[in-house]
Amino acid sequence: MSAADSLEPEAAIASWRAYLVSRGSLSAGDVDELEDHLRTQIDELRTAGLDADEAVLIAVKRMGRQDEIAGEYARENSRRLWKQLVMAGAPARRRRIDGSVIMIGFAALAAILAKLPELLGAPAFPALLGGGILALAALAASIAWRTRPPVALIAASAVGFALLFVLAFAYPFGNSSDTAIIFSLHAPVALWLLVGLVYAGAGWRTAAGRMDFVRFTGEWFVYFALIALGGGVLMGITAAVFSALGIDPGVVLAQWVVPFGAAGAGVVAAWLVDSKQEVIENMAPVLGRVFTPLFTIAVLAMLAGAIVTGGFGAYREVLIIVDVLLVVVTGLVLYVLSAQPPTARPGWTERLQLLLVIAAFALNGFALAAMIGRIGDGGFTPNRVVALGVNLVLLVGLAGSAWLLGRRVFRADASTRRLLAWQTGYLPVYGGWAIAAAVALPPIFAFA
Amino acid sequence: MRLAKDLMAATSAPLVLAILSEGESYGYAIIARVRELSGGEIEWTDGLLYPLLHRLEGAELVESHWGQAETGRKRRYYAITDAGRDELAEHRRQWSTAVSTLTHAFRGLGMALAGLLPTPAPAARPTTAVAL
Repeated sequence: MSAADSLEPEAAIASWRAYLVSRGSLSAGDVDELEDHLRTQIDELRTAGLDADEAVLIAVKRMGRQDEIAGEYARENSRRLWKQLVMAGAPARRRRIDGSVIMIGFAALAAILAKLPELLGAPAFPALLGGGILALAALAASIAWRTRPPVALIAASAVGFALLFVLAFAYPFGNSSDTAIIFSLHAPVALWLLVGLVYAGAGWRTAAGRMDFVRFTGEWFVYFALIALGGGVLMGITAAVFSALGIDPGVVLAQWVVPFGAAGAGVVAAWLVDSKQEVIENMAPVLGRVFTPLFTIAVLAMLAGAIVTGGFGAYREVLIIVDVLLVVVTGLVLYVLSAQPPTARPGWTERLQLLLVIAAFALNGFALAAMIGRIGDGGFTPNRVVALGVNLVLLVGLAGSAWLLGRRVFRADASTRRLLAWQTGYLPVYGGWAIAAAVALPPIFAFA
Repeated sequence: MRLAKDLMAATSAPLVLAILSEGESYGYAIIARVRELSGGEIEWTDGLLYPLLHRLEGAELVESHWGQAETGRKRRYYAITDAGRDELAEHRRQWSTAVSTLTHAFRGLGMALAGLLPTPAPAARPTTAVAL
């Protein structure tokens, strides 16, 4: 080791320190702490009668192999790193080959299941939704195959899938029905949280287990979007070539390639997240950090616009748009948090997020005022009930996050632990709302 | 003597909490204290201790602050929190049970009844619970 070859103690310590820093898994404070440890050891050895250079040699040696130090830190900080910079490599390689074969099997299963209801002659609307639910079930099965969750969780998840699948066909939705759209939007949210139950397995009650699923979701989405992008390019080229040949590829692409591809891509993306963690750095938290300032500026601009124009006036659907905005803000807060080590001091991103959440609340106030002003004409339509319900669920979640973010930013409680507990503890509320909206609302509004 | 990995893992957190309950300390001194308490039998590495300290801090069982060593160097000190004291009390209850059970099993019931039972009384020092 080069540090130990040097006889100049300060140079040796500096080189040792530089090595630790270069491993990337240690914060400056961690390295300071280790350096103090090393120097204390050196002082003690010198007191025992060793020369300075001898003391440095032995002290560095006693600090253990530096890779091990970096490795231990990486394990401790693995929630932050997750992709495990140092430990990447050895394990899992043996299972990768048979793992990929199984993955392809599940992807094919998902593709076929996605198309099954239509092949069995179901009408277009429930066939598409039912196929999606079945494909998602195949994805859940592929995850369960890997994580081996307790049987009770598999059963609970399967019951949820079966219930929504049956309702998709049993509910007599009318033509161009709003409740059908509400069902189609809420069922996937509820089902995705059931996928999370299978993913987290026995740890589903813990904040750490739930946060791992949140991270998985972010990375899965990134992979899925990348695959969709590539698939889109491939289909565009294919369509162009076949059109030039005088063959119309529209039907084959739209009716077979797209559903097969989407269902299969979901399974492949899930497999990629867990087996190729070293390929992509955690993307979702990075995107969260990139978009936090952009969204803050945009929401402040919207708020200024609302103040200048005096509100949304007669525009009815604004609450739905603001709901979408709140979903994005919730996601930003959640994903930035997902990459924070528990003892990290609050940074500029969190200050901005606090501002963003407060600005979003103010904008939401304008949207609610516009909505409540219109309830008089037309009353409670399904869309309005859902818009209000989603709004309430998101507002409560964000209000809790804003309160804890505020405490963090203003140093009342610097740890991320409560924020983590609140956000992961709130996840079932989203699921509960999604189930309630999908199951209860359509019959209440007579499937209008 | 080298403790088995599992035993090392199980004893390290209560040991750190017990040492910090004697007063705030820092990494190097904690390792020295473990050496002293174990009569030189248990030698911790920095690779074991610091991640453990940071984990305990993440769980808010200990808290840390930067101070100055007597040499003038920057040094990170750790102190036990109230939650840490509760956790330590729980560790002590569990270890008392484990130690008493093992003592019975190792020495035979007859000798254990002859007054060798470790008392699970709260007056016992934390160190008795880990003096295996």
